[in-house]
Parts: sequence; C-alpha cells; structure tokens
Amino acid sequence: MAKTKLFDPNARGFIEHDHNNDGIDRRGFQKCMAWAGTGALCVMEGGVLKSHALASQMGSDMKSHKMGELTFAQISDSHMGFNKPANPDVIATLKAAVDKINALPQQPEFLLHTGDISHLSKPEEFDNVDQILKATNKEIFFVPGEHDVLNDEGAMFRERYAKNSKGQGWYSFDKNGVHFVGLVNVMNLKAGGLGTLGGDQLEWLEDDVKHLKHSTPIVVFAHIPLWTVYPEWGWGTDDSAQALSYLKKFGSVTVLNGHIHQTMQKVEGNVTFHTAFSTAFPQPAPGKAEGPGPMKVPADQLRNVLGITDVNYVQGRNALAVVDSSLA
Amino acid sequence: MRKNLFLSGLVVALPMALAAVLILHPTRAKSEDTKASSMEVRVDNFTFGPDTLTVPVNSTVTWVNKDDVPHVITSNDGLFKSKALDTDDKYSYTFSKAGTYSYYCSIHPKMVGKVVVQ
Repeated sequence: MAKTKLFDPNARGFIEHDHNNDGIDRRGFQKCMAWAGTGALCVMEGGVLKSHALASQMGSDMKSHKMGELTFAQISDSHMGFNKPANPDVIATLKAAVDKINALPQQPEFLLHTGDISHLSKPEEFDNVDQILKATNKEIFFVPGEHDVLNDEGAMFRERYAKNSKGQGWYSFDKNGVHFVGLVNVMNLKAGGLGTLGGDQLEWLEDDVKHLKHSTPIVVFAHIPLWTVYPEWGWGTDDSAQALSYLKKFGSVTVLNGHIHQTMQKVEGNVTFHTAFSTAFPQPAPGKAEGPGPMKVPADQLRNVLGITDVNYVQGRNALAVVDSSLA
Repeated sequence: MRKNLFLSGLVVALPMALAAVLILHPTRAKSEDTKASSMEVRVDNFTFGPDTLTVPVNSTVTWVNKDDVPHVITSNDGLFKSKALDTDDKYSYTFSKAGTYSYYCSIHPKMVGKVVVQ
C-alpha cells in the first residue's frame, strides 16, 4: 500500500488523504475531520484512513511532494455580501484565498468553485467575486449553491457561470484525461428533504459517463455533499446513491463538495468524498451546536478555519491527492 | 392554555423562564395592543417558532427572519412563496380559508412548519 504525503509548508494546518484502489475492503470506513489550526492529518495507511497529530508527521516526508500531471484548486462558499459577526469582511478573506492559490508551489491549471458564490444572489455580489477571482488569472468552473439561485430558479447564475450547461446548470468536461462532472443539487428541494439531483440530471449523468473507459479518473463536484454527512441539518443529497451507482465501474472517483464550511472526508470503495473550507465563515461540526448557522470564532482565529483545497492527479495512481490549506 | 404552559415552564426551569420573560416581554406587550402581532412566526436558528401556528380565518401571518442567513418561506403546495428573506426581513400572507397549510424553507428544506386556519 503506497503512502504519499503532500505538504504545503505555508499551511498551519492541513489534512491529506491519498489511497490506491487496492481491493482492500473499506466498508468500515472511517470519517476523518480536521480543523485547520488543530493540526490533524489524515492519511491512508494500509487502506485505513488514520488521523495523526500534525507535529508527528512533519519533517521527513516534506520532500515527497510529487509533480502531478494535473493540478487544480477548489474554493467554495465565498458568500459575497455576508457581513455578520462571523466574518464582517468576506472580501478580505476571499482575497486571502486568491493569494493562497497564487502562492501554491505547483500552480493549479484551473479552479473549481463549489457554490455559494454570493450570499443573496445579487448581481453586485457576483460582480465582486468575479473581480477578486480575476487575480488568479485562471479558468474557473462553477456549480451553484442555494444562495446563488434564490429568486430566479438559477437563471442569473446560468447566464453568468454556466452558459453551455444542460438543464439547471449541470455539465462535464475533460482535462488531461480526467473527466469532470459539475452537478446541481440545490434546486427544487422538497419539504423535509435534503439536496436533490432530480430525474433529468441523473439520466444525463448516466449517459454522460456511459462511454468512458473504466480507467478514466472521475471528479464530481457539487455544492451540497453527495454523501450523508448529517441529515438533521440537511447535509446530504437524497438521490446521491443513484448518481454514485453510475460511477461504480470506475477505478477512481473523487467527489468534491462545499456547503458545510468545514473540511471532512470519507473513503468508500472507489470513491473519495471531500468537503472544502469556506472562504467566508465556518459552521459548527455536525450536532455540535443547536443549528448549522455561521459560527463566530475569535477574530485572530478566523483564518485558521477558512481555506482552499488543491488537488493533484498523477497518472498511474488511482486516487487523486486532496490537500486542504487554511488561510492562516 | 398558553399561559398555563408558560406558568408551568416557570416552575420547571426558573432560569430559562426568566430568560424567556426577558425575550418575550416586548411581544407580549404588543399582543395586548393588536391581534395581528401575535400571529408572527420567528425564523430563528433554522427553526420556525412556533412550528405549528393556529389562527382564525382571514388572519395575516408574518414570518420574520432572525438568522444570519437567508430563508425562503414556501408553501408545500405552491400557494405562497416569499422572496429570500435576509436578516430581519419579513414576509406576510393572509389566510382566507380554513385548513392546514404546510410550508418549509425552500433552501433549507429540513425546516418545516404549519399554519392551521380555523
């Protein structure tokens, strides 16, 4: 079982996971969650995701950062327009995220934004984000969060960010042999339910991946987690199992989500699930507060719990390496 | 009935009840002035309070968002839907027929509530 460590020396806290599809039964998966700043590290060892104290892992493995054949970065939940105590200056923290991306030792080829670009779907909020993200000088692929489709069923979002998409904004594309699928699970939500993909999108997805080789690495990105993180707070997608059933034949599937404003990951068979930091404000760990609303942390700790994610794909290895870096 | 519940709350959990008195006081004072002000649903901490509100026919119910994130009041059968309510924004709907009206937040669908019109 190979073990690779990636390390961003600028990050005060990070988590990492990396696994080969080596046939080890991971049904008894472990969930690993790390708050940047607490310095937890998750790494696949012998097929089991383990958590380590950061200090014990630093040093000897720092040089093993491999040059990938495809590197991209994920940002999420910018919530432009939010101005409450949990973060009165979301412009500054989004700019810090851009600085972080621009300082990555291996520059990402493009960015994914996994939704909640804006807080209230206002044109000026989208404008501000566009203006700030321009400084990355990179192509950006977006999927909407529920905050981006508030009053018009997503029409403005699609006009700005997903012009050539299907249906309510879903699409796919290929980069360096990796197949990317952007899904929309924030529309037509049913009372009492979770995120929803819906029949039309599921049908499209099945068709979209049908003709791909099993060896094609797949990256699926969507706003609300496509695994059930915490249904009590709506942190899951009702029909995600159906979507994942179309991806069973592939050796490597990486699912990237936002929405819950904290990093969390799970490995299940061939699928690695991962949620990203927000660039705006943190939310509580599942069940650790009365509700999932914005969490206020001391001002000097805010950037420890916001961040970016970069993802590295090396051909010949099944799994993509996913590394979170806080803004601190 | 409501008062009885309130009094028993005092006995059971005095500190909580004291806090409740402090919070509820302005609303209680208003409710003596006008009927309409008692027909309010507070949207707070991703819940509707009360989650079931019983009102007479022709009542106007007002939802007020006390959360730091927006909510969208949406009836299950499409009868009414608010715009996105930012913090402290309000939305009102007048119920002219008796019945039970279920609603939810269309962007946080785990949030559900009912208005019973008698």
